[in-house]
Amino acid sequence: MRFSLNDEQRSFASAIDGLLAGADVPAVNRAWGAGDTAPGLALWGRLAELGVPALTVPEAAGGIGASPLDVVVAFELLGRHGVPGPWIESVAVAPLLLADTPHADLLEGLAEGTVRATLAVDGVAPYALDADAATHVFHVSPDGIAVAEAGDAIGSVDPSRRLFPVTPGERTPLAEGVLDRALDLAALATAAAQVGAADRMLRTAVEYVGQRRQFGRVIGEYQAVKHRLADVKVALDFARPLVHGAALELEEKSSTAPRAVSAAKVFASETAHGAGRAALQVHGAIGYTLECDLSIWLLRSRALHGAWGTVAAHRARVLDHLTTAR
Amino acid sequence: MSHTHPEGPELTDSERAFRAEAREWLAAHNPGRLPSMDTDEGAALHRAWEATLAEGRWSVVAWPEQYGGREASLTEWVIFEEEYYLAGAPTRIAQNGISLLAPIIFEHGTPEQQERWLRPMTDGSLVWAQAWSEPEAGSDLAGIRSRAVRDDERGGWVLSGQKTWSSRAPYADRGFGLFRTDPEAARHRGLTYMTFPLDVPGITVRPVHQLDGDAGFAEIFFDDVFVPDADVLGGVGDGWRVAMSTAGNERGLSLRAPGRFMAAADRLLDLWAERGADAPHLRDRVVDAWIGAEAYRLYTWGTVDKLSGGGDMGADGSVNKLFWSELDLELHETALDLLGPEAELRGPGAPSGGSWVDDHLFSLAGPIYAGTNEIQRNIVAERILGLPRGENRRAGA
Ligand SMILES: Cc1cc2nc3c(=O)[nH]c(=O)nc-3n(C[C@H](O)[C@H](O)[C@H](O)COP(=O)(O)OP(=O)(O)OC[C@H]3O[C@@H](n4cnc5c(N)ncnc54)[C@H](O)[C@@H]3O)c2cc1C
Repeated sequence: MRFSLNDEQRSFASAIDGLLAGADVPAVNRAWGAGDTAPGLALWGRLAELGVPALTVPEAAGGIGASPLDVVVAFELLGRHGVPGPWIESVAVAPLLLADTPHADLLEGLAEGTVRATLAVDGVAPYALDADAATHVFHVSPDGIAVAEAGDAIGSVDPSRRLFPVTPGERTPLAEGVLDRALDLAALATAAAQVGAADRMLRTAVEYVGQRRQFGRVIGEYQAVKHRLADVKVALDFARPLVHGAALELEEKSSTAPRAVSAAKVFASETAHGAGRAALQVHGAIGYTLECDLSIWLLRSRALHGAWGTVAAHRARVLDHLTTAR
Repeated sequence: MSHTHPEGPELTDSERAFRAEAREWLAAHNPGRLPSMDTDEGAALHRAWEATLAEGRWSVVAWPEQYGGREASLTEWVIFEEEYYLAGAPTRIAQNGISLLAPIIFEHGTPEQQERWLRPMTDGSLVWAQAWSEPEAGSDLAGIRSRAVRDDERGGWVLSGQKTWSSRAPYADRGFGLFRTDPEAARHRGLTYMTFPLDVPGITVRPVHQLDGDAGFAEIFFDDVFVPDADVLGGVGDGWRVAMSTAGNERGLSLRAPGRFMAAADRLLDLWAERGADAPHLRDRVVDAWIGAEAYRLYTWGTVDKLSGGGDMGADGSVNKLFWSELDLELHETALDLLGPEAELRGPGAPSGGSWVDDHLFSLAGPIYAGTNEIQRNIVAERILGLPRGENRRAGA
């Protein structure tokens, strides 16, 4: 399997990374959590200039029609920088679902970044994320897709996420298989965001233990600290190939793609969980504060653990595929 | 057993043909599991299997044709390893020679040494033991005390001292290891890479029994053993540098092809199908073990990509080693837990002929050999993450 990124993907990644590195995303994230969505929406617009929301919109509708691997590249970076907002919903899910429905006219706006969609999906995503910052809210069930009305927001473990119960209106049926494909892409994007979060928490931890001193030396000299972070690095290095491999399988529509996606979601989420635990531990009490930026990724990764299919559900799906495919 | 790991897309036609040829040949010749190579009977059968492999030109697929290889690409080599393990073919008694010593001989050996040693290690007629560790030099390998003293008259060196934990040594023909040729030089300097026969006067090989009961490794005592200059590998005093290039090999790709874990994960799924109903609480561990094997497979293809593109492994060998050793343990511990009270049974009469227990016992050594996992974590933390050395003077090799 060959899944090294090509030059185009590498330069796409470095453009996103460059933009986000200079955008003080932690401040944007905190503002979003406090209800001030303006900086986050401005960032949405700037990411639209790079084509991020256009990724999965077909070229015919003004999008890029990119591959799942491109999606992975983008979401790892959104995750690494802690960008707030319904990105997975708008980029990984909505374009696939809306195409070939009466709502297809939204695709162009989605690609431009002027339309921001969010949605609840029966059984997988019971609440619509950030409906207050979205321009369109939907509800999806196996029977089809419906424009929906958002109720009152419920908080999330991640202060930058607000979750909304929704009431659906009239339903339009979806084409066969479309929902499954959209859910797989959502799970894959979530896995990529988890890899990004894990990567960021590891970097943050490495930086911190290189300067915090106790007992007359930087704590990064202690093996208990070193070894914990080394284990995170190992997990991270093995999470990425699973995510990239699943992206290729999705692109090729291989029969084992759902299994590969689930495996990636499980491993990436566990990796982020482990990275968060390790990063929190080596930070000591400062890590246990909202003031410390670590909280952004720590709480996000906890929220994503159960988003777009819980880790337990994805584990079950892997085993199910393995035992029925044999 | 069916294969649950996809082939990997984008193989070329010729790579696919290579896979098919390997699969077909293995199906026709593979003897399956042989008795332990660390017994008289097993050693002989393993040598015979190496000869069969060499006849089919499958012994060293990536080597030049001149030495019995097929000049296979890295991709083809990984394909071969996948097929080899999925076929359940025997572990390789020639491993030390082929994957740890041969790269050194190719790079640093004289033409005469290449001629003398490469061919015979591919057909089981020359089995090598790796003799680095000493009683006082384990993780701190640079603390080697075994000495080589110059003998100008005879044109060579006289070895004295003791090595230990040398795998295969009870049944091997020759050994290789580091000896101190300059006692005045700093720890990592003044070491020279020597090879020596194991059956000459002055050498005593004392087999040591491992947890599994077999004499898988040995102590080697050197009592003024003469080694001619022709048997010295690389430059005098240059042994550390030469040896370190194989240390990476041992941890990385060469020793732990993904097929090994893919095959074990497949067997674990078979066991789950048989026994899972009685142990539903083990479900997550079975899934995670399979996912781990799949991650390892994909990681390996990523490494192949990187190496084919001109990159090198560097300290990634340590990341690799940490992962496979822990994965191997988890795979086998999960299997034993599935076996329940029968997990303690060994030999004929035990489930799967006791192979789960045998393989589990071997997996217990994974975090110790090829550099302990603590040392690998130091390397990852210091050389990859850039954490300060401080507490350890040197992270180890
Ligand atoms: C099955 C098997 C096969 C082997 N085959 C060979 C072979 O063929 N050839 C050969 O030369 N050797 C072989 N070895 C030996 C192996 O390489 C050594 O066991 C290994 O390098 C560790 O050395 P040691 O056993 O002396 O442990 P020690 O170095 O004494 O270590 C003991 C413990 O202390 C820890 N420790 C030591 N230093 C540090 C540190 N700086 N930081 C943190 N922890 C530390 C270690 O991690 C370990 O847990 C084999 C070992 C096994 C188990």
